[in-house]
Amino acid sequence: MKTVASGLSNRELEVGTFFQRDRSWHPPALTPAYKTSVLRSPQKALLSLDNTLSEITGPVFGHNILGELDDDLIHNFAKPGKSAIGQRIIVYGRLLDERGKGVAGALLEVWQANAGGRYRHKRESYIAALDPNFGGCGRTITGEDGSYAFRTIKPGPYPWPNGPNDWRPAHIHFSVFGHGFAQRLITQMYFEGDPLIWKCPIVRGIPDRAAVERLIAVLDMQATIPMDASAYRFDIVLRGRRSSLFENRLEGN
Amino acid sequence: MTHSLDRLKESPSQTAGPYVHIGLTPNFAGIGGVYENDLGADLVSDKTRGERIDIKLRVIDGGGTPLKDALIEIWQADAAGLYNSPFEMRGAADPNFTGWGRRAVDAESGECVFGTIKPGRVPFNDGRLMAPHITLWIVARGINIGLHTRLYFGDEQSANAEDPVLACIEHRHRVATLIAPRNGNTYTLDIRLQGERETVFFDI
Ligand SMILES: [Fe+2]
Repeated sequence: MKTVASGLSNRELEVGTFFQRDRSWHPPALTPAYKTSVLRSPQKALLSLDNTLSEITGPVFGHNILGELDDDLIHNFAKPGKSAIGQRIIVYGRLLDERGKGVAGALLEVWQANAGGRYRHKRESYIAALDPNFGGCGRTITGEDGSYAFRTIKPGPYPWPNGPNDWRPAHIHFSVFGHGFAQRLITQMYFEGDPLIWKCPIVRGIPDRAAVERLIAVLDMQATIPMDASAYRFDIVLRGRRSSLFENRLEGN
Repeated sequence: MTHSLDRLKESPSQTAGPYVHIGLTPNFAGIGGVYENDLGADLVSDKTRGERIDIKLRVIDGGGTPLKDALIEIWQADAAGLYNSPFEMRGAADPNFTGWGRRAVDAESGECVFGTIKPGRVPFNDGRLMAPHITLWIVARGINIGLHTRLYFGDEQSANAEDPVLACIEHRHRVATLIAPRNGNTYTLDIRLQGERETVFFDI
C-alpha cells in the first residue's frame, strides 16, 4: 500500500490536534429504544485527554488501492453486461472539516441493502429477494477539494428485529477516514422525504433534530444525468484541526 | 450581535450495524470479486522491521458474551516509534509497515488476531515518552459511536509505569483493563464494554 495520497502531497500540512468532539451532538452510547445498545454501551466515564501523535496521525490511502468499478455499485458485482436492479442514483458531495475546509485524499467506504431492502450477508434473514447483480459495497477517495461521488441504486427500507415492527429508513452506511485516527467516523446517509427517518430508533438516538437533518441527503435535479440517474447530495463533516497560530511544538524536535 | 465562529458541526455518528462486513471486509463477508483484498488484512511483510507479535482480541458485552459481529481497527507506530502518516513530522516510518489493520471478529469465537510488530515508543505532547501501545477502534451493531481505547504491553512494566496517558486514569485498578499479558509471542486482551472490569475508553 502506498501511504501518501496524491491529493495530500502538495499541500501544506497542518499538524495540530483536533477539536474536542461534541458528545452531546452524537447519539449517546446508551439509547434503550435501540435494544442492542443496552448491553453494548460503556457505562463509566470516558477518559478525556488532548490528542497525542497516536490520534493526530492516521492511515492515508493512495488511489492505487482503488479498482475501476469501486465507486460504481451498479456494476461492481454485476455479471458482464448486467447491472443491479433499482432506481439509479448518483450520491455525491464534499468531505469537509469543522472549519469548512475540504478534506482531500480521504477514503470513503459505503455499504447498503439492495433495492428491495435485502443485504448480501449470511446473518440477513429478510424475505426480500437478493439481486444476483448487486453486492452492496463501494469505495472512493476524495479529491483535492474534498469532493466525492459514486453511483449506486437507491436501497430499500427494511424491517429489523428490535421492537415488534421497526423499519429502517432507506440508508447508505458510510465509513470515513480523515487524516488522523481521531477523525475516524461511521455514519449513515438517509434520503430526503422518507417518513421512516423520524420513526427509526437508531436515528432517534441522535438528540438534536438539526443533527439528524445533517444525515439527510437532498435530491439535486441539477446533478442528475437525464434518462440515466437521479442525484443526491450528501456532505460529511469531520473534526477540524486546531490551526497552529501559536506553535506548540513537541520538545526535542 | 456577537461574532459568529462559522464552524460546521461534525456529522453525527450512527452505528456500523450488523452488516458492516459488507462494506469494510467484503471478502470476509463472502462478497468476492469486488475488491482484491480486504483492506488492512496484512500489516506485516517479510521486509517489515521489528519483532513479530500477535495481538488477540475479543469484545465482551455487559452480559459477559463475546460480540460475534464486532469490527476492530488498530493503528500503531513502527518499531522505531514513527507513524506511517503524512502528519508524522519526526522522520520517515518503515515503508514496509502501514501501521493500520482491520479485522472482523470470528463469527463463532468472537476472537480476532492481528499479526503485527511491537511498536516503538512515541513522545507525548510534552516530550515525555509514552509506553509502546496500539490504538484500538471498535465498532459493532449496538455501538452508536466508535470506541477508542489502547492496548499496552504486559511485559513493559517500567514503560507503562511512566506512561503519561495511563497516569491520567484516576481509578488505578482500571489501568489493568488496557494491559495485554504476553504468552509466547501473543498478547491477549479482552475489551469489556460494561461491568466491574469495563475497559477504559477514551474521549480523545
Ligand atoms: Fe443498514
